[in-house]
Amino acid sequence: MNDALISYCLRIGDSTLVLGQRLAEWCSKGPMLEEDIALTNMSLDLFGQSRMLYSYVAELIGDGETEDTLAFQRNEREFFNFLISERPNGHFGETIVRSFFVDAFNFHFYTKLKESKNEVLSAFAEKSLKEVIYHLRHTSQWVIRLGDGTEESKEKVQGSIDSLWPYTEDMFDMSDGDRQLVEEGIAIDLDSIKADWKKTIDDVLAKAKLTLPENAYMHKGSRKGLHSEFLGHLLCEMQYIQRSYPNSEW
Amino acid sequence: MTTEENIWKLLEEVPDPEIPVLSIIDLGVVRTVKVHDSGVLIEITSTYSGCPATDVFIADIKSKLAENNIEGVEVKMKFSPAWTTDWLTENGKKKLKEYGIAPPVNEPDKSILFAKPFVVPCPKCNSKSTKMLSQFGSTACKSLYQCNECSEPFDYFKCLK
Repeated sequence: MNDALISYCLRIGDSTLVLGQRLAEWCSKGPMLEEDIALTNMSLDLFGQSRMLYSYVAELIGDGETEDTLAFQRNEREFFNFLISERPNGHFGETIVRSFFVDAFNFHFYTKLKESKNEVLSAFAEKSLKEVIYHLRHTSQWVIRLGDGTEESKEKVQGSIDSLWPYTEDMFDMSDGDRQLVEEGIAIDLDSIKADWKKTIDDVLAKAKLTLPENAYMHKGSRKGLHSEFLGHLLCEMQYIQRSYPNSEW
Repeated sequence: MTTEENIWKLLEEVPDPEIPVLSIIDLGVVRTVKVHDSGVLIEITSTYSGCPATDVFIADIKSKLAENNIEGVEVKMKFSPAWTTDWLTENGKKKLKEYGIAPPVNEPDKSILFAKPFVVPCPKCNSKSTKMLSQFGSTACKSLYQCNECSEPFDYFKCLK
């Protein structure tokens, strides 16, 4: 039972960590000061969300495991983050679209997870939801502004939607362990939030005058720890200090 | 003799590292203080989950109590119920405004998109004609505003419910 729970918490915490790391890459490189601050603010929230789950997982595993060993000493195949979270930043509009798809997912997911019978998960969801509302509002407004903006912004952001959409189905993938936890009232059946998530996406894209690609091939694998080529590079940078100087502390 | 009342009083002297005009009591992050046989248990919550001030709170609480010869202090994080700006004390809101940060106002419309704008009065000149410059500000808990009357930019302590 613990193995399923550990894997479930890592699925959520790894996704927020990796997306947070991607957003942090914008630090000092934002298109303007306000956006630099906004992207890194969101990154900080996501790191905080990961920490809540990692400290819980460390407790469940015991044996000297810590938040830091979980973040900095695992390899690609041991990460269960969404494929979409590891996609490169691209241009500003691409970063916004990536976060928009994930924020909309997290908004509906956390809303349900608040009812989890697991107290840590429900407390995590209650707290994180408040933050995600701000994130989703921000990214939705940017999708609309860029989509219904200039010819160039529209073309760019539509391109990002076309290239990122095939990674969205992967967020809804569930393992056998996840399904077992659903039975126990701990995990959320992701099929149950899909329609709401899609409606949020459709509503915003309609306002943005953007469209979703049809019959796209959907990539999957992250629930099993199978990733794209980008995750290894991200981990190289993120884990560099701990890999060079194992167990060093601040 | 260490009493819980005594500890609450001491904690009023521990400032928020990012908004030093507020104490951690004003901020409402201290949830429980319990004196037991072998020491003291203090439970705190974070304002935003990634707030870097949280680790500083823990260190500052411990050193403040150590200065007062209170031993065996354990500080634990408590995530539920989640922190809300309702827990800011009235005194805290007053101090924020004097410091130049607009305290949270009740935001009636929490809809994701196109929430109806609400009035955040300027902490300098009290004008109700202000505009949001950025939803995200210098720390996780603030947005950036500007007053249309006196032109002064100011921080707004976001409402979190």
